[in-house]
Amino acid sequence: MLTVLSGVLMITGALLAVIAGAGLQRFENVLSRMHAATKPATLGLALVLIGAAIQIPDPRSGVKLLLVILLQFSTAPVGAHLVGRAAYGAGPEMRGRIDVDELAMDRPEESSASG
Amino acid sequence: MIVVTSVTMGLLAVAAVLCIVRLVRSGSLADRTVALDTLLVIVVCGIATYAARSNSGLFLDVLVVVALLGFTGTALVARFIERRGA
Repeated sequence: MLTVLSGVLMITGALLAVIAGAGLQRFENVLSRMHAATKPATLGLALVLIGAAIQIPDPRSGVKLLLVILLQFSTAPVGAHLVGRAAYGAGPEMRGRIDVDELAMDRPEESSASG
Repeated sequence: MIVVTSVTMGLLAVAAVLCIVRLVRSGSLADRTVALDTLLVIVVCGIATYAARSNSGLFLDVLVVVALLGFTGTALVARFIERRGA
């Protein structure tokens, strides 16, 4: 029973990774690609690692896997925020596609310069 | 369990190939950063799958290191892009 559960979890997580790969190919700009790529970074990784933790009998391995999940859940949003802000600052052509542009309100001198 | 981990490994391999294609064919540095970050997540998933397949926690320390290094690298490149542009 537990084996079935762990198998389902691991395959679901791997499917999320494939979906992210497809999203990386299909979407046309950096921010929408990040939208696809950040799903396996938290949910997919957590599913695969929980599946592995169920499968490995040693409880110390479970603690290590839990530590990796915690690390990833705390660092993935920070990394995505940094990359998104850098992509926004580097690509002026993207700014016209954003409906609500709160970063432009923080940088009034740049938005007035670019029109 | 062998069948399940084989299927998982296969799916992860497909995802890794898609990431590498994006990495090679992309236009900007931010694109490559996103693709590399996803590739590292897939590597972590693959190591965990191998650990489940072989029933041993031998490689799990590597997981912690790779997860931390992935974040460090992403943050570093993002800061670099923001300083330099492009």
